[in-house]
Amino acid sequence: MSEVLETPVQAKKEAQEFEPKIVAFLCKWCSSAGSDLAGVSRLQYPPNAVPIQVMCSGSVSPLYILSAFNKGADGVLVSGCHPGDCHYLKGNFFARRRIYLVQKLLKFIGLEPDRFRMSWVSAAEGTKYAQVVADFVKDIKALGPQRKLKARN
Amino acid sequence: MTRRAGVFVCHCGTNIAATVDVKNVVSELARDDGVVFSKDYVYMCSDPGQQSVIDAIKENRLDSVVISCCSPNLHEKTFREASSVGGLNPFQCEIANIREQCAWVHKDRAKATEKAIKITRSAVRRSLRDESLTPIGVPVTRKVMVVGGGIAGIQCSLDLANAGFDVVLVEKKATIGGHMLQLSETFPTLDCSQCILSPKMVEVSKHPKITLMVQSEVKSVSGFVGNFKAKVHTKAQYVDPEKCKICDDCAVVCPVVATNEYDEGLTGRRAIHIPFAQAIPASYTLDEDACLGLNPVVCGKCKKACEAGAIDYDKKPTTTEIDVGAIVVATGFDLYGKDKLGEYGHGRYPDVLDGLQFERLCSASGPTGGHVLRPSDQKEPKNVVFIQCSGSRDPENHCAYCSKICCMYTAKHATLYKHHVPDGNAYVFYIDIRSGGKGYEEFVQRSMERDSVMYLRGRVSKVYESKGKLKVMGVDTISGRNIEIDADMVVLAQAMVPSKGTAEIAKTLKIGRDKDGFLAEAHPKLRPVESVTGGIFLTGAAQSPKDIPETVCQASAAAAKVIQLLSKPELEHNPAIARVRESHCTGCEMCVDACPFEAITLVNGKAHVNEVLCEGCGTCSGTCVRAAIDVKNVTQLQVFEMISACMGG
Repeated sequence: MSEVLETPVQAKKEAQEFEPKIVAFLCKWCSSAGSDLAGVSRLQYPPNAVPIQVMCSGSVSPLYILSAFNKGADGVLVSGCHPGDCHYLKGNFFARRRIYLVQKLLKFIGLEPDRFRMSWVSAAEGTKYAQVVADFVKDIKALGPQRKLKARN
Repeated sequence: MTRRAGVFVCHCGTNIAATVDVKNVVSELARDDGVVFSKDYVYMCSDPGQQSVIDAIKENRLDSVVISCCSPNLHEKTFREASSVGGLNPFQCEIANIREQCAWVHKDRAKATEKAIKITRSAVRRSLRDESLTPIGVPVTRKVMVVGGGIAGIQCSLDLANAGFDVVLVEKKATIGGHMLQLSETFPTLDCSQCILSPKMVEVSKHPKITLMVQSEVKSVSGFVGNFKAKVHTKAQYVDPEKCKICDDCAVVCPVVATNEYDEGLTGRRAIHIPFAQAIPASYTLDEDACLGLNPVVCGKCKKACEAGAIDYDKKPTTTEIDVGAIVVATGFDLYGKDKLGEYGHGRYPDVLDGLQFERLCSASGPTGGHVLRPSDQKEPKNVVFIQCSGSRDPENHCAYCSKICCMYTAKHATLYKHHVPDGNAYVFYIDIRSGGKGYEEFVQRSMERDSVMYLRGRVSKVYESKGKLKVMGVDTISGRNIEIDADMVVLAQAMVPSKGTAEIAKTLKIGRDKDGFLAEAHPKLRPVESVTGGIFLTGAAQSPKDIPETVCQASAAAAKVIQLLSKPELEHNPAIARVRESHCTGCEMCVDACPFEAITLVNGKAHVNEVLCEGCGTCSGTCVRAAIDVKNVTQLQVFEMISACMGG
């Protein structure tokens, strides 16, 4: 990543054409299967969110989220099974506890906490996944590019 | 040593290629560090496609492989096996999902291609750090628990037992047989349901390999595929089936009358009763809710009357712990709630019946001895209206889905009625007729042509009583006229819904349900009898509405899957499990608390992973503040690399 010194004109142009970069951590059993269902149902949603399949939303360390911001993500989505339906019984409860922690941390750093979002999408909820991504992309667009944690080289 | 990765991008016909510029993905990835081979092919999963992977591994000495194609749920296994044939460790083959998660959900070709490159690159980065893993051998318990004793559970148990496996068949009710036992005749052959089911029930009771547990429910299940531990709760068995002589002396003296479930409430039974004459186990049973109190001071008549001494009021409920290697769920269906169909007067008018009640009226073992008589006055009904899709195919008010069997059983009901009452009139209201199946369409045609059943295409808006007659208001959409029929009896073909305990058993077993509450299969086409949880299988109407032949078929399919699973002496446990970096571990026990499987313990002040109990979920690694615990082949380092790739770095 090369360092870019932004001029006001550049910044404005960037905002107009801003296509957010989003990482979506999807648990293998529910949300990834839900996103597969969105595919099978040919639902259309914005291509900004690049999925990373993890075994369980509980495995998503806060470090992953910070690392994503550090590498230039404008938003990070973590999606798992509905509370109570975790394939691993209670992994998503740990994920749920971390939302508060991470959002508080982001706020402390001075980054909009809304750039990190957690959702519950089951394997049967293809429509919900498409909606979650569409909403998140829209909200991140409104927030603009994330620069606070982005590494400058 | 530098790794050598191969990238294979699939066109999937035009499924991927229509939206993603596959050639571009290949050429982009070819430039990446570590990628020494890349190619695209129209169908990677085809034989030549797989062969090209095998050849490329051998020719280019690949030590990691990425297939960029459909969801890993579909072909991860395929390509890992192919990689294995090529001499690569299967755990060094990764799938990049560019179909379901990319090509199918985007239209903009440039953006979709860019995303496909990121997804593929992310998988490549991961694969470059994939270790060679060997599955862990775990001994299996060669015993199966089948939950639900309807035709699905019976068939599955018999198939398994005949293959030499020990089976525990758990049934909630006092007899096995399920709803099939209540049916009079079966479509399209009109053979007697009990005549074909009873011999199978007897076979279950006599089979040395089958342990039958009636009045029992599964309370909890722990463990994993090959090694489950189930706790089964059994109600108190006040009547000893071994001693019971089925003489009826007890029921004769019993002063309590309760609703007979077997006759769907059309008759009564005593508190002590036999569910039906050929019940299995062949024994009377005491309904403790209806009984005056299991107390010789209060009543005690049955105990006194029983010469065999089979009755004991002091019996207590028991909980049995069973070790099994696999579980088959066959918990069946219920009819859509009567209370929810107020417009048809079900529950308000005695002569508005549901499908199962009408079965009982037609059955020789039923309340009327096989004569179709009105419940209200025991007279022969001369005009009977059958209403199809009662509660089905009505997304606004009821169930959105088609219950599949109602077209056929309504045709059967109408035919049977005409056989019983040749001078009567049978009317069927339908949306359309769905009669796919061997001999099904001919059966429906016969009911119209030979048995003069009047089919009216349209829905019924209301059923109400007027001057002792049931008025059925409906519409015939073919003639475009409103129809009003003075009916003597109305029969509803209600939707099939998952049986009452389905939600509970799904939660106990941690298996999913679909949007309608039916048990969810692992894959709708390719894995129809497996749940997403290893070692737990599904069969029968608990999975989706289906008829008897289909249920039997699925039950045997589930049995075959279980046999396949348990035929090996050892199961292969996924080796992608947690690993502790002892130098980093401080013994804080955060991971011990986080582990859902109690797989982590503290040994000499450091976390230690039990490799058989660990399922590789990674909750420990997400919790560890010192990054001292990682899941093999999904290590933190790998995830960081994947994030970089997703960000275009």
